[in-house]
Amino acid sequence: MDLRDLYQDIILDHGRHPRNFRPLPGASHFAHGHNPLCGDKVTIFVRVEDGRVADVSFEGKGCAISIASASLMTEVMQDKTVAEAQALFAHFHGKVTGAEGAGVSASSVSGLPADLLEEGDRLEPLAGVRSYPARVKCATLAWHTFDAAVGGMAGGGPLKTE
Amino acid sequence: MSALLQERPAVAPSTRGAFDPKVVRQQFPVFARNPGLVFLDTAASAQKPACVIDGLADYYRADYANVHRGVYGLSARSTARFEAARDRVAQFLNAADASEIVFVRGATEGINLVAQAWGPAFLKPGDQIVVSELEHHSNIVPWQMLCHRLGVELVVAPIDDGGALDLAAFARLLTPRTRLVAMTHVANVTGGLVPVERVVQLAHAAGAKVLLDGCQAVPRLPVDVQALGCDFYVFSGHKCYGPTGIGALYARRAVLDAMPPWQGGGDMIRTVTFAETTYQDAPQRFQAGTPDIAGAIGLALALDFMDDLGVDAIREHEAALTRHARAALSALPGVTIVGAGAESVGVVSFEVDGVHPHDLATIFDQHDVAIRAGHHCAQPLMDRLGLVATARASFGVYSDEDDVAALVAAVRAAQRLFGLVSAR
Repeated sequence: MDLRDLYQDIILDHGRHPRNFRPLPGASHFAHGHNPLCGDKVTIFVRVEDGRVADVSFEGKGCAISIASASLMTEVMQDKTVAEAQALFAHFHGKVTGAEGAGVSASSVSGLPADLLEEGDRLEPLAGVRSYPARVKCATLAWHTFDAAVGGMAGGGPLKTE
Repeated sequence: MSALLQERPAVAPSTRGAFDPKVVRQQFPVFARNPGLVFLDTAASAQKPACVIDGLADYYRADYANVHRGVYGLSARSTARFEAARDRVAQFLNAADASEIVFVRGATEGINLVAQAWGPAFLKPGDQIVVSELEHHSNIVPWQMLCHRLGVELVVAPIDDGGALDLAAFARLLTPRTRLVAMTHVANVTGGLVPVERVVQLAHAAGAKVLLDGCQAVPRLPVDVQALGCDFYVFSGHKCYGPTGIGALYARRAVLDAMPPWQGGGDMIRTVTFAETTYQDAPQRFQAGTPDIAGAIGLALALDFMDDLGVDAIREHEAALTRHARAALSALPGVTIVGAGAESVGVVSFEVDGVHPHDLATIFDQHDVAIRAGHHCAQPLMDRLGLVATARASFGVYSDEDDVAALVAAVRAAQRLFGLVSAR
């Protein structure tokens, strides 16, 4: 197992210089995520307009994996419908837990509509996490928090991931 | 390999004070089974020497039966070994009498026992319990639960910016309402040695009882509960080379005698009728049900192992290695060591600029270096230090300077991977 599979340049870049790392005035939805085992914390802000993610941002503290995952998520989620966002979450979850099946490339995973394949590929650098089971929760924290934010009502309460 | 494991390298009394960790290491089968392992997480749990592993199996093979019940020889033998283990713990802590030792699952259960048995009997609303900012969750949460239940106030003694308990501030916190001071002997995050003798003097002068958490101290220092003068002392067997699931609560006889029972059941009673039950004297009164007999015997074997090396020698070894590790890590650019006060033993927590502790732990693991990363069950201390998590390396009798060299190399590898130092 090569550490470079986990810590690819794009992960290190997003970990060090996260995109959309800011509060979001006018957010319609937000949620706090907390991994009590390691202390990582993230807040996801979403502005939903007409059923689409008009903007999404985050703030928080965590390891390179959790910050990079949150950063990449905010990039791929922009302008997606809530249904598309949920499809991307399911796809991502399969990718990092290995549930998508060995030897299956990210873009051919069933369930991801053709117009989201590009976004799916952009998440591929995080797939290395599946070889490090202890780190899967780092990668999924922001995603579970996003899901809680848009799944709940505006001002969703604190969320704890498993 | 089995020949290697069977052979117990002699640690003659003449070598006390200067044991060779490389020789001691040969007594720990885990290192033969995991060649290359650099184990720096002993503060979480220590590895087990062959004498404990084999001794447990031998007890089950030769002497096992339930205790305090059977009139047959095997049960009598098992009871004798179990009670000899209690004597062994009492002797190791220099308790005045074996009846002052209650076997528990670990320090956490010992603290909960005191909170639940002593607390309601001796505390009233408005009383105060003092803990320090250095405490492990296990020495905070049971008191917090008790405080909520009884209307008692939890008061927190601060540390100074160097990580040491602020003794002057502690002294000022003590009032006639202070009934208990619960404090660690060696801090699990920083390795800092707390001046518990002074803490006990100050607390007793204020009329408060004192409980000391010896989880990180018993594996590393000679502990004399009579010299300390504390009322309660708890530790876990698995951190001092013994089995998991066993530990001990020491309580002064007068204190223990005044405490009502904790859990009810077999072995803690004298007579039972549906109308009324009368209880055994301490320590039996606090040990309902079949105890972890093998665990207690394994713990006694672990304490024998430590005594063979010499506890003073262990302390010297761990203090020297800790000094060496702090110096070696401090010398690296971008590495900050968490303050531990004037004296620390066995544990060093640190940060690496630009690399989160969890990333460090994953990268270290690829180099076969096992450390702990996280809040170390001390979130209030993390908040005080303004940290979310730290990387923590901790040592045992089998650790040496080669382990520290591997740690330093792993830090540099992490810094290279993250582009923080030029690759060489």
